[in-house]
Amino acid sequence: MQPSFIDNTAGFEARSQDTICINESHLQHKWYHNFKYLIVGVLFGVGFVKAEVISWFRIQEMFRLQSFHMYGIIGSAVVTGIVSVWLIRRFRIKTIYGEPITFAPKKFNKGQVYGGLLFGLGWALTGACPGPLFAQVGTGATVVAVVLASAVAGTWVYGRFRDSLPH
Amino acid sequence: MLEVIKQPWPWYVAGPLIGLTVPALLILGNKHFGISANLRHICASCFPGNVPFFQYDYKREIWNLFFVAGIVLGGVLAAYFLTNPAAIQVDPRLAQELATYGINDFSGMVPVQLYSWDSLLTARGLIMMVGGGFLVGFGSRYAGGCTSGHSIMGLSTLQWPSLVATICFMAGGFLMANFILPIILNN
Repeated sequence: MQPSFIDNTAGFEARSQDTICINESHLQHKWYHNFKYLIVGVLFGVGFVKAEVISWFRIQEMFRLQSFHMYGIIGSAVVTGIVSVWLIRRFRIKTIYGEPITFAPKKFNKGQVYGGLLFGLGWALTGACPGPLFAQVGTGATVVAVVLASAVAGTWVYGRFRDSLPH
Repeated sequence: MLEVIKQPWPWYVAGPLIGLTVPALLILGNKHFGISANLRHICASCFPGNVPFFQYDYKREIWNLFFVAGIVLGGVLAAYFLTNPAAIQVDPRLAQELATYGINDFSGMVPVQLYSWDSLLTARGLIMMVGGGFLVGFGSRYAGGCTSGHSIMGLSTLQWPSLVATICFMAGGFLMANFILPIILNN
């Protein structure tokens, strides 16, 4: 099923560009069903803090090749993800509601290069990608709310000038 | 047991746990892991303006906002109940470099000498917090995802555009950390 908002993004292939949910459930759930995602988020957030993924210092070590820690985390997370996705596909595992699990291919565009480089510059400056930014606020680093607000502003500016940017 | 959990977790525990988020979200509701999309949902829900990019039914994506609310809550829980009292062990080469910029407090997850309300209105603070945040938000949406959507979810599903994005994330980070950041920190 194609969600209707896709038609609103004129110009070029929008689906590949956006990590937006394109696997719509046909089931209608009450809003509190979303709490299960909150619980996954809590576990994920605790892991982020306890493994020091949200540490500005760990990110600096990573980009200076002074520590294996972050490479180990990203590498083992990807291996776990690859094996999980392979198992889901191989055994046609369904969701807990019995719906099929689907995947959509991402299409290449130049945004992955230009945007990727800009994101990398920001990642090393703030020492955090979007997930850790949320966790840092939770740990009491309230000033990071400013960083997050600025990230929302950056997203908005991208959306506003999207059609004039090379993709 | 609690004492063990309070210690910093090694990569081989945390990495697989983070990776398990991918099948967890898929099995719970066919949801694709991607955190930066929430920045877009915040724009769409609070100030869509006249921008077509923000004209969509963000309410269908509310699961993801619950997910990041969980991350914030996880941060709270870890900070208040699972704190490791010792300062973070920073590589001596990094500690030495940072000392030349006057940064020698490693007590927090973010360097308190750089990330504080007091330093927000200094040139260094503005560049790092406001400028850095802007680049993260602009760049991740331009790239179509961040480290979660591309480097973890994208690579888990063997998408080569996500590999390109990941390589560019790392290239930008290397450039900033090794060549640009020293200039910013020196001022």
